[in-house]
Amino acid sequence: MEFRRFRGTDKYLTSSALESAVNCALALERPLLVRGEPGTGKTLLAEAIASALGLRLIHWPVKSTTRAQDGLYVYDTVQRLYDSRFGDGDVKDIRRYIKHGPLGQAFASRDRVVLLIDEVDKADLEFPNDLLHELDRMRFVVTETGDEVIARERPVVVITSNAEKELPDAFLRRCVFHFIEFPEQDLMARIVRVHHPDLDQKLLDQTLRAFYSLRDVDGLRKRPSTSELIDWIAVLRRAGIASVELDAGMPFLGALLKREQDLLAFAEATSRGRRPRA
Amino acid sequence: MFVPFLYELRDRGVKVGAQEALSLAQSLGLGLHRGTLDGFYEVARALCVHREQDLDAFDRAFAHHFRGVPDDALALTDELLEWLEQPAAKRRLTELERQLLERIDLAEARERLRARLAEQRERHDRGNRWVGTAGTSPHGSGGIHLTGIKVGEAPGGRGALEVAAERRFRDLRSDVTLDTRQIEVALRRLRAFVREGALDELDVEATIDKTARNGGELEIAMRPPRRSNLRVLLLLDVGGSMDPHAHVCERLFSAASRATHFRELRTYYFHNCVYGRVYESAALIRGVPVLQLLQDCDPSWRLIVVGDALMSPWELQSSGSRWSFGDDSGAPGIAWLAHLAQHFLHSAWLNPEPAVAWYGTAEVIRRVFPMYRLTQDGLLEAVQHLMRGGGRL
Repeated sequence: MEFRRFRGTDKYLTSSALESAVNCALALERPLLVRGEPGTGKTLLAEAIASALGLRLIHWPVKSTTRAQDGLYVYDTVQRLYDSRFGDGDVKDIRRYIKHGPLGQAFASRDRVVLLIDEVDKADLEFPNDLLHELDRMRFVVTETGDEVIARERPVVVITSNAEKELPDAFLRRCVFHFIEFPEQDLMARIVRVHHPDLDQKLLDQTLRAFYSLRDVDGLRKRPSTSELIDWIAVLRRAGIASVELDAGMPFLGALLKREQDLLAFAEATSRGRRPRA
Repeated sequence: MFVPFLYELRDRGVKVGAQEALSLAQSLGLGLHRGTLDGFYEVARALCVHREQDLDAFDRAFAHHFRGVPDDALALTDELLEWLEQPAAKRRLTELERQLLERIDLAEARERLRARLAEQRERHDRGNRWVGTAGTSPHGSGGIHLTGIKVGEAPGGRGALEVAAERRFRDLRSDVTLDTRQIEVALRRLRAFVREGALDELDVEATIDKTARNGGELEIAMRPPRRSNLRVLLLLDVGGSMDPHAHVCERLFSAASRATHFRELRTYYFHNCVYGRVYESAALIRGVPVLQLLQDCDPSWRLIVVGDALMSPWELQSSGSRWSFGDDSGAPGIAWLAHLAQHFLHSAWLNPEPAVAWYGTAEVIRRVFPMYRLTQDGLLEAVQHLMRGGGRL
């Protein structure tokens, strides 16, 4: 069987393990479940797959109130009721009031698409289980009309999760799993280069050093991640700062640490670190 | 050849079954592993591991399983010998090492490596054995772990066995770490929703239904909002043998008090065993009589006791604790515990000590309360137990 292999894109650097996981998912036509710390590029992965394979991306952001049914279709009864009262349009045709959700659109699409089910753990604990059948069979029936929506081309399904909740076993069993590790310094340097190609090497080294020592500070509730590092460097460059010294106080710390307790923990750690040297 | 590996995974608690075996066979058939051990490691990991907590077990199984297999070991040895033959790499060796190396012929080196491979089962850090005998250290000093050989300049560089042996996912194992977030996640399962109270939410479905029945004239239907109806009583053992566990108890307490889905949470403290009173503060002041507490909390409350259940047997049998002689509670400690367990429909005891340490008084208390370890797995089990009907032992 032939399939197009994924090798990352210019804008999205991958590891070999991640490529293997993506290719497994593509070859076996299984959903790919991506987990990892916030800010390690889980959502961007779906965009990268879509652009690498030249497919359209359908994004389904999951919220705490999202139900599995919303992903398939919504029957807009209120609109139909309204129309029946005021006589706009053909009320007899129920199909006019059936609106496909992201999953429905992905199935109904003529071409293969990438479907991103983003932050699946945000929804109710039962949400993933409710999707099992549809994701397995890639089809569903609209009960109001009896129509069956069948995927002509099985979409590439990418599911992200923040590891906030344990997902049900039955759901996990059907997915190809990948845990995005926090990048090591070398990879991080390459990632930063992608976003800031003309960054001064000295500043890059300094910021990376500062960043990784910041991540090592004990007692941080939210350790800064890749996206925060990239933002921070952008801020530094806008402000025209050419060098960063950890000891001399970190400029624009707010771009990296977003919680008050974390700022306190950092202040405590740096003051502790400085005392023996003084 | 990989089927025994799947059993090895199962032995280590990674739940793999026929489905994983079939997918793995299918991907190997498609050549997804690119014919290499590294590729196999990546593919197997993507298909067999379903949660990051299992990554460490997978790595251990992989390192253990594939180290013993002669064929793979030989493949590695070949890579190593290939590297040995590259003069560029040899330059880093000392004179003595080079002499040693020249004295060993390749066949012998291969034999030795094989013997060493069979012998070495666990990761070997900072040893100097390799340098001394075969002179095969790529760094010239500092020792070499067999699978850590960076042979050639292959892109990516790190072999699967090296990655596996490194055990970077150790921190994610579910049976050791427990941070506040994990506790919160586990506690989030502890919930029960009911609709009660004032009618202040629009019931769209019912409105449509009523309106349709009403011939299209709008008729609004309201309903009460969904609210959590779960009340939790948390009893914490403090002081003495619990001091080493103060940190994890603190986290549990902060996670529980931050949880928004409890209708009500009450926390009290005790020392070693509950007698007539529990206390509002960890300093064991402001006592509340247990009998009054039981009047306030009806049996539907979920009772969670946290303690190591270790004390002198005397404390379970006496009717007052060591540290408050004047205060006789009228019944032995074990009777108070049994009374609590009987009162509530759902209760659980969380023990921060490992299960092997549950002997003596802990054994007795286990007969009264269902006991779980205070780890992520244990907490989840406890929560599941608390949500099941009729949680009494």
